[in-house]
Amino acid sequence: MSILMELFFTFVKIGLFTFGGGYAMISMIENNCVEKKAWITHDEMMDVTVIAESTPGPIAINCATFTGYKKAGFLGALAATLGVVVPSFIVIFLISMFLDNFLEITIVANAFKGIKVGVGLLILDAAITMINKMQKKKLSRLIMICSCVTMLCINAFAWNFSSISLMIIAAIISLLVFVLRGTQEQKGGAKK
Amino acid sequence: MIYIELFLGFLKVGCFAFGGAYGAIPLIRDVVLTYGWIDEEMLTYMIAVSESTPGSIMVNLATYIGSNQAGFLGAVIATLAVATPSFLIVLLITTLLQNVLKNRYAQAILRGLKPCVIGIVLATGIYMVVSNCVGAISDVKLSVQAITITAVLILLMIGYKHIAKKKLSPIILIVLSAVAGMVVYGV
Repeated sequence: MSILMELFFTFVKIGLFTFGGGYAMISMIENNCVEKKAWITHDEMMDVTVIAESTPGPIAINCATFTGYKKAGFLGALAATLGVVVPSFIVIFLISMFLDNFLEITIVANAFKGIKVGVGLLILDAAITMINKMQKKKLSRLIMICSCVTMLCINAFAWNFSSISLMIIAAIISLLVFVLRGTQEQKGGAKK
Repeated sequence: MIYIELFLGFLKVGCFAFGGAYGAIPLIRDVVLTYGWIDEEMLTYMIAVSESTPGSIMVNLATYIGSNQAGFLGAVIATLAVATPSFLIVLLITTLLQNVLKNRYAQAILRGLKPCVIGIVLATGIYMVVSNCVGAISDVKLSVQAITITAVLILLMIGYKHIAKKKLSPIILIVLSAVAGMVVYGV
């Protein structure tokens, strides 16, 4: 089997058997691509985890692209990325054709009303986990609290302000603080 | 045209979705509600479906919304759009810009982005839980059923964590909340 096919089908398998998104996938990739196939080294896997955390987009895509590229260049990256996307694409596409009819059944509709509550709690729980892992720095905390309050207002009062603008502002503030601290230190001013 | 809208909308999501699936949910919510593709209720249902089916949550949501708005081609376009930015960025980083993430200025930007994303996710979680229970500010409507389910689920989550010393898996939580919904709204 050519390496491209092998990459594609390995990532189809990874895409098919990981539930719950990105982080679950990292251990599957580690198991398949590092231990079984030795396509990438353990250190490279650590690198890609860092890249995945610092770049936008689905973690699964980041990992697949990286592994595919290391093993077989651009086409490898393409094969692995397509592989990881195809299973969920098919599953969700099938669901999307039936979901509306399915929701008309009373007991299913009731179940989904419960699920709606569950999803809210799930997101809240994810946020709490993220806060616990966050750097315990004053600026980080301040940015976190300010964006949380602003976002709550955006939601509650339907302010016309996007979360992307909020992220850009936070990035600029953090960059400015970094640059200002740098110039202060050069003058021998603030000790930080 | 819907195809172009889908492409641009999900390209935006792909470019700014820092912090994994939950970091992306507020962003997708933003884009989806702005374009008016599906309503909040349906989006919440789809988050649960995406969490309980294999694959990346972001990709799943893109596929669903694309399919819902413009059939098979819509699904393909939305999925490609959400995947393209991270595909290109990883290629760029592994080939040309191997040290870009170690750059001090890039680090400073990330130090601002990450807590901001966490704040946004926290706000989205709080808003969803509160609005489920008491409705929106413009339309206050206490829901005894939702409050009951919220209380039961929180107790289960905390109880499980104390006894099993680990977190309840998201899929189990969704199953439990479905059962709670059937019971509470059924009687």
